Amino acid sequence: MKPNDVSTTFSRPESFKRRFREFKELTIKSILFICAASSVLITFGVVWTLLSEAWPFFKEVSLLNFLFDNEWTPLFENPQYGILNLVSGTFLTTIIALIVAIPMGTITAVFLSEYASNSAREILKPILELLAAVPTVVYGYFALLFVTPLLQKIFSDLSSFNALSAGLVMGIMIIPYISSLSEDAMRAVPLHLREGSLALGASKLQTSFKVIVPAAFSGIASAYILGISRALGETMVVAIAAGLQPKISLNPLESAQTLTAYIVQVSQGDLPQGSVGYRTIYVCGVVLLLFTFIFNLIGARIKSKMEIKYK
Amino acid sequence: MNQLGETSQMKQRIESLKRQDSYFWILGLMTLVFVLVILLSLIIDMALSGWTRISLDFFLSFPSRFPEKAGILSAWVGSLCVVFVTAMISIPLGVASGIYLEEYSKKNIWTKIIEINILNLAGIPSITYGLMALGIFVYQFRLGQSILTAGLTLGLLVLPIIIVTTREAIRTIPSHIREASYSLGATRWQTIWNHILPYSSGGILTGVVIALSRAIGETAPLITVGALTFIAFLPTPPVLAVPPFVSAGWLLDPYTVMPIQMFNWVSRPQEQFHVNAAATGLVLLAMTLILNAAAIFVRYRFRKKYKW
Repeated sequence: MKPNDVSTTFSRPESFKRRFREFKELTIKSILFICAASSVLITFGVVWTLLSEAWPFFKEVSLLNFLFDNEWTPLFENPQYGILNLVSGTFLTTIIALIVAIPMGTITAVFLSEYASNSAREILKPILELLAAVPTVVYGYFALLFVTPLLQKIFSDLSSFNALSAGLVMGIMIIPYISSLSEDAMRAVPLHLREGSLALGASKLQTSFKVIVPAAFSGIASAYILGISRALGETMVVAIAAGLQPKISLNPLESAQTLTAYIVQVSQGDLPQGSVGYRTIYVCGVVLLLFTFIFNLIGARIKSKMEIKYK
Repeated sequence: MNQLGETSQMKQRIESLKRQDSYFWILGLMTLVFVLVILLSLIIDMALSGWTRISLDFFLSFPSRFPEKAGILSAWVGSLCVVFVTAMISIPLGVASGIYLEEYSKKNIWTKIIEINILNLAGIPSITYGLMALGIFVYQFRLGQSILTAGLTLGLLVLPIIIVTTREAIRTIPSHIREASYSLGATRWQTIWNHILPYSSGGILTGVVIALSRAIGETAPLITVGALTFIAFLPTPPVLAVPPFVSAGWLLDPYTVMPIQMFNWVSRPQEQFHVNAAATGLVLLAMTLILNAAAIFVRYRFRKKYKW
């Protein structure tokens, strides 16, 4: 074979084949970029739709009425627009859920990360994650027809729709979100911190809560924040089990209505574009998104602070 | 004498620390057992109340005013159609985004924006996706309360799951695989198509299965885009007897899905409908459990197949 045969087997930079290949590579890269960028479009779509559909509402209802009206009855004859009635229900169920989920999620995470053997963790973690995979409507059924009757044996004045059972079931539901992320964060703590602590004579428990948890706290905090976002935005459990009565009350034994449950209630009927019902669900959506956004911001702040501290 | 006192004090202290340790061990175990008991009681409760309704008739009848005649035919067909559309949208878009972010993107502000954005998308409550879809798909694009709208909505909802798992799967492939491929003269896309994608397909498949299992169970966004609860007919069949043999008419048909059917039955006061709800819940639960088991199995198989 002569040396100049190389030119026929390998394409030269200016050859058509090479040019075509470069063109193809560039096209593929552009298509992939468009796909990745489309996710930004989705966020933009969510925020824009919510704001633009909710905006006309505030032309009709003053912010003062929106914040301080005593009731939330936008579909009645003398409408009142006190959003706090729905916000109260949302926070009540969220707080109950967190009272269950944060301690149990953290304990589970510490147990799985620091105490359980590798093989036990491999089995237990997927089972725990099943809790997050169960459809929320199934949890709603469970809260209404299993947990509420059970609780009624303890609290005789519990109404059949109540914030307590919805909140408790929601708490169980978000345990895996909290435990899984916290556990990942704890396991990412370098081994030498653990060994150093144990070498100084600290017990496993002391090491876990005085060394590992503080060191992993930025990750644990984001797990908590994710849990809070889930609880705030959870819909089916509260729509089925918590009832449909918007009111400002912190009594978990009574029924309550959350922002999300209101959206579901109104959406079940006919919703012509531009009607009052249509506007109000977007208003609730905006308020919900605002809360989620605030908690995410707090999470990001905690995270950056802790990361500076533990560098 | 003094030293002896100190030693025994220290012994006591060590003893108490050890005791605390074992207390926590018990506490952790009890928490886990408690959680598992709840999961089990959920499954058992649903099985006990719903099992009597599970029969072939239940799967082959339409919903009805009479609880004992009602079934979930339109619901499971609807779920199947919607999940199909969801998969068609979220898998290509999600995998492509994951590949771009892992293999192509440079570290610049655009990449950062996209990454933060995907994290945020995963945290947005699912019902706000429904509100977005109601405004854009139903009213702007005039797609109506159709299977297409539902599939698009859920497709966007599960997109972050697929993107994140795709990225994780690609990240586990060591860079020497890429380098070997490049050094043999392969282009970037050839490397991805022939090496990166096949090796990461296990992880990607796991993510896809989990995303679709989430889509099957999702209820709230579909209520806002207006899934109907009483559907006594099936969508247009996709296969026709006359040319052109295939039809996309089913995309624009009204639909119901299993979680919505269950929600409808659970919100009725009559007890017999609750039995139907339990039976539907049992079917839903079985499907999610099977899909999740499949995901775990796939992950396990691929982890054994490729060891770097």
